[in-house]
Amino acid sequence: MRSVYLDHQASTPLLPEALEAMTPYFTQAFGNASSLHRYGLQVRDGIATARAQVAALINAESPDDIIFTGNGAEAVNLAIKGFADANHRKGKHIVLSATEHPTVLGSVEYLERQGFTHTKVPVDKEGIIDPAAVREAITPETILVAVHIANHDIGAIQPIKEISAITREKGIPLFCDAVASAGWYPIDVQALGIQLLTLSPHRFYGPKGVGVLYRSRRARVTSHIHGGVQEGGRRAGTENVPAIIGAGVAAEIALRDLNERIAHVSRLQHKLHDGMVASIPYIKLNGPKPGPLRLCNTLNWSTEFIEGEGQLLLCDSNGIAVASGSSCVSKSLKVSHVLEAIGLDHALAQGNIIMSLGKDNTEEDIDYVIERFLKVVNTLRRMSPMWQEFEDGQIDSVINPRGIGKSFTQHAADVSGRPAH
Amino acid sequence: MKDAKEYTLYNETVMDHFMNPRNMGDFQDADGIGEVGAAACGDIMKISLKIKDGVVTDARFKTFGCGSAIASSSMATELIKGRTLEEVKNFSNEEVVEALGGLPPVKIHCSVLAEEALKAAIEDYEAREVSKPAEKSEALSA
Repeated sequence: MRSVYLDHQASTPLLPEALEAMTPYFTQAFGNASSLHRYGLQVRDGIATARAQVAALINAESPDDIIFTGNGAEAVNLAIKGFADANHRKGKHIVLSATEHPTVLGSVEYLERQGFTHTKVPVDKEGIIDPAAVREAITPETILVAVHIANHDIGAIQPIKEISAITREKGIPLFCDAVASAGWYPIDVQALGIQLLTLSPHRFYGPKGVGVLYRSRRARVTSHIHGGVQEGGRRAGTENVPAIIGAGVAAEIALRDLNERIAHVSRLQHKLHDGMVASIPYIKLNGPKPGPLRLCNTLNWSTEFIEGEGQLLLCDSNGIAVASGSSCVSKSLKVSHVLEAIGLDHALAQGNIIMSLGKDNTEEDIDYVIERFLKVVNTLRRMSPMWQEFEDGQIDSVINPRGIGKSFTQHAADVSGRPAH
Repeated sequence: MKDAKEYTLYNETVMDHFMNPRNMGDFQDADGIGEVGAAACGDIMKISLKIKDGVVTDARFKTFGCGSAIASSSMATELIKGRTLEEVKNFSNEEVVEALGGLPPVKIHCSVLAEEALKAAIEDYEAREVSKPAEKSEALSA
């Protein structure tokens, strides 16, 4: 059976080049970068190279603007909490988009308990934020604006240039989470006017155990891990040297191969999109259609009348690895806040499946996925009371309404005795 | 390290009932139908029963829900066959969980949904019985 990994927004395999560069740092070059002898200096040199490689990927002014952390979530926490800590005297209000990653939302919610307030700017039904709404949300108390470059679930690319024109005019730093987009989308922090940016190397063929915060010298950040002067005093603790070395190599190759990678993956994305839409009835793409407004590697689907986890499991049994934002998949039993933010009907949010492509996927993989996914959908629809009730005319489709019967959401509320969330 | 192919989200029994569900479908002439939804997650389960002389002779299900919801309804319909109405009224979701060899804590509510669907089907059956006394008395006098 074919194996098709379509969850590159969760993680990617390590590049052999990165592994090769990392290997000596486990055994031979084991020194502590803070040591002053040759073992320390050797490691320090390796980290400096990695810092320059990562700086180049996003065109940072200087390698000194790159801070290595333990992972992407820590980088985001440092960007928001570290910035708020360093700048709270200027104000205590943060503006952010409604579809930020939970690490951003969680960091901002933490600050709320420390006396900060925030304004969540809504997105349109494709998941894109209106720069004018960002402007309106800014108050004299606002110290930071946080808008991700592209959404992790629905791939919507945000109008960062337009937003940074506003933040620059207001003199407020702009934080862009690029964990979902780095390595899949060209990012130039200087051209885009970004002062804080986070990325996660394992999302673009680097290792786990390392995250990156870019911060311009114009955005001050204070450390949240104390007791050492590593990373310019912004992140105490012995560096995860092999991971940092691997992150550098992954960043260098991501930059070198970016155009080729985007061209390949977006060709597959179009093929998968067109094939799915043509062969599977009552399926809807969430977020912008493949093209300039969508990240090249993600497709987020709602398959009507069936639930997402069942689709995920049957895909897995066919060797196809996908994700889902349905409530059944989440531990909190809540549908993805991103799907809620784009106003997706509850029934459609339940049928959510997320496919994210990578550089090693092939045309044959896509043919296989389209063929198998149709079977998965048919199997689950045969089991679904909703599909039968739709065929009997008792309930209607949200995607392609026939004007017969009540809505699925209404039906779900009727049988559960409670409105669907 | 075990190969990735050897891992499944649920245990073998749950996976088996999800991949090869027992009693999936409906009856043309069901004696009782229960359709319930979970307020917590939005899953919907429908159980149809054939009942004769106070005993469940056959059961079918259709489920809109996750793997454990489908497995729970498959297992519940298996367990219930041959039981009396009184036994079904006392049926507990815990029996489904046990027969499935356990469910993750967050998925226990799927088995509760199966219990609720079964009980709703019995209620439906009893409501139908009450609403056709004429038929019954005719049958008795005959």
